Amino acid sequence: MNLLELRGVSVSFDGFLALNDLNLQLAPGELRAVIGPNGAGKTTFLDVITGKVKPTKGDVFFRGKSLVGQSEHRISRLGIGRKFQTPRVYQNLSPRRNLELAVRGPHSPFDLLFSPLSSEQRDRVQHLLGVVGLESHAGQQAGGLSHGQKQWLEIAMLVAQDPELLLVDEPVAGLTDEETERTGELLRQLAGDHTVLVIEHDMDFIRDLQAPVTVLHEGHVLCEGSMEQVQNDPRVIEVYLGSETQEAP
Amino acid sequence: MADFPSSLVSSRNLRRILPWLVIVAAAVVLPVVLPPFRLNLLGRFLSLGIVALGIDLIWGYTGMLSLGQGIFFALGGYALGMYLQLDTLEPGQLPEFFGLYGVKSLPAFWQPFNSPVFTFFAIWVIPALVAGLLGYLVFRNRIKGVYFSILTQAALLVFFNFFNGQQKLINGTNGLKTDTAHIFGVLVGSDGMQRNLFWVTVLLVIGAWFLCRWLTTGRFGDALVAIRDDEPRLRFTGYNPTAYKTVVFAVAGGLAGISGALYTVQSGIVSPQFMAVPFSIEMVIWVAVGGRGTLIGAILGALLINFAKSLISEQLPETWLFIQGGLFLLVVTALPDGLVGWWRQGGPGRLIAMVGLPQRSLTYPALDLDPEVQAEQSQFDAQGSESQGSKGGAQ
Repeated sequence: MNLLELRGVSVSFDGFLALNDLNLQLAPGELRAVIGPNGAGKTTFLDVITGKVKPTKGDVFFRGKSLVGQSEHRISRLGIGRKFQTPRVYQNLSPRRNLELAVRGPHSPFDLLFSPLSSEQRDRVQHLLGVVGLESHAGQQAGGLSHGQKQWLEIAMLVAQDPELLLVDEPVAGLTDEETERTGELLRQLAGDHTVLVIEHDMDFIRDLQAPVTVLHEGHVLCEGSMEQVQNDPRVIEVYLGSETQEAP
Repeated sequence: MADFPSSLVSSRNLRRILPWLVIVAAAVVLPVVLPPFRLNLLGRFLSLGIVALGIDLIWGYTGMLSLGQGIFFALGGYALGMYLQLDTLEPGQLPEFFGLYGVKSLPAFWQPFNSPVFTFFAIWVIPALVAGLLGYLVFRNRIKGVYFSILTQAALLVFFNFFNGQQKLINGTNGLKTDTAHIFGVLVGSDGMQRNLFWVTVLLVIGAWFLCRWLTTGRFGDALVAIRDDEPRLRFTGYNPTAYKTVVFAVAGGLAGISGALYTVQSGIVSPQFMAVPFSIEMVIWVAVGGRGTLIGAILGALLINFAKSLISEQLPETWLFIQGGLFLLVVTALPDGLVGWWRQGGPGRLIAMVGLPQRSLTYPALDLDPEVQAEQSQFDAQGSESQGSKGGAQ
């Protein structure tokens, strides 16, 4: 059974179709890249899955159950985590406290007041601080971190949530080459145990992921396949990759 | 700020105990030293510190600016006021004002206030419930920001007009007097009772401060800050902000109720004026001036502004509103974190430097006053406190 399935999803903003009859399936454990030119509907696509935007038509299924009409926090608790395009960390809290808020566990006001973090949760936070290299910054305000560190902190927050499905929007925007490589490595490691969907503009990064690629165009799936197939598809060249594929040997 | 954690442990402990010593000393000495009139003022202003703490919780920490805290403040005041009205009566008697409007029997909702136990809970539970219900309806519909502020002010006006117009139920615009009532056979307005009420107020302010501290220091407090800074982000992490906001708004409502009850018995009257629009706005100004997001700032702000108000009004009654307005402008433009925030960020040192005097330094000035060194020092301090708070922290 598919972990995630979008069936004929359309989203209309005052008549403008941000998504237009979008169909997509994700198998459990899959790593999938989604690309598309600006305005192709990539972020709206994530908004529909995570409950921020309701589809005008169509339905979204997670483990066979419809997500449409559920609130964001319920969808998140079902096991869908999201990293945002621009890093969104809590600026006035330290990285450790950011992670302690994100770490998997009960999230009601009562729980946060009366049950302290378990030792596993603490270990998990400590471990993730090490993984993303923020141990020495664990106590300082996250607002003072560099752009790259914030990106990594947000990825760590996503991993701390331990969702079944990770939706990762532009994880390497503004990162150095080395950081980009390490991010790719991390995402490949996560796939298998988790299902990962990555939206990215960086073609080299996508190529290195060695994942199946879905191309979005005007709110619709244009084509799917490996990076090579997609790059050689004339429709893709026309809408998006034109200049880049011509340069490639 | 600039201490090394290891070398000055004892002075750090001293600094922790010192404020409490001062508070205890003040609570014991002031009732003896101050004339009853001033002591009564201090007690009233301290009780206003409690409603300010609640505003700090919802505004300073959670980012919701309520202009309607007067509702919950007045509800607490009325709860205690009604009890005191009934407590002094002979069996079968009605509070005096009912006679003016030809009311022959006690309205049903007055009956429970014969009971001191019921009243004790009503003072804080009723405002908390009203706040919780109002909050839930507003937050569930994701109303926030300026719309939330407008809504709370509208609710305040509704309550004000209702209480103002109901002569037959709660004596309308005249309010309920508590001066001439008795608690345990002692006249509420007497000096002895006022001194007791001062001590009760001091204890409750401290209790409220501990409650707010407990709410804001742990992960719950982090969640409040997260709601303030990026609420949608928190939703996508599996939190339901509506629950948090409802809880914290109800707590602020309960605190406002306690504050209103204490203020009532120390002012001698509760009236719909407690729900006047300017008064609720003033409450916000106390917190802004004292320092949003710093609990002690809320209490200090309430004390400072109200003392300034009473002193200046005694001398130059017509100038106070201008001074208050100017103070608010000054804080918004020059001290966005209020007086306490300014103090904590090294404001006094900068002020001294601005005037041209040499700054006090621990080592030698060339090192201690170097901005780079200071930046590293603050980073070091932050890490130090972090690793204290959690086991196995990085050093």
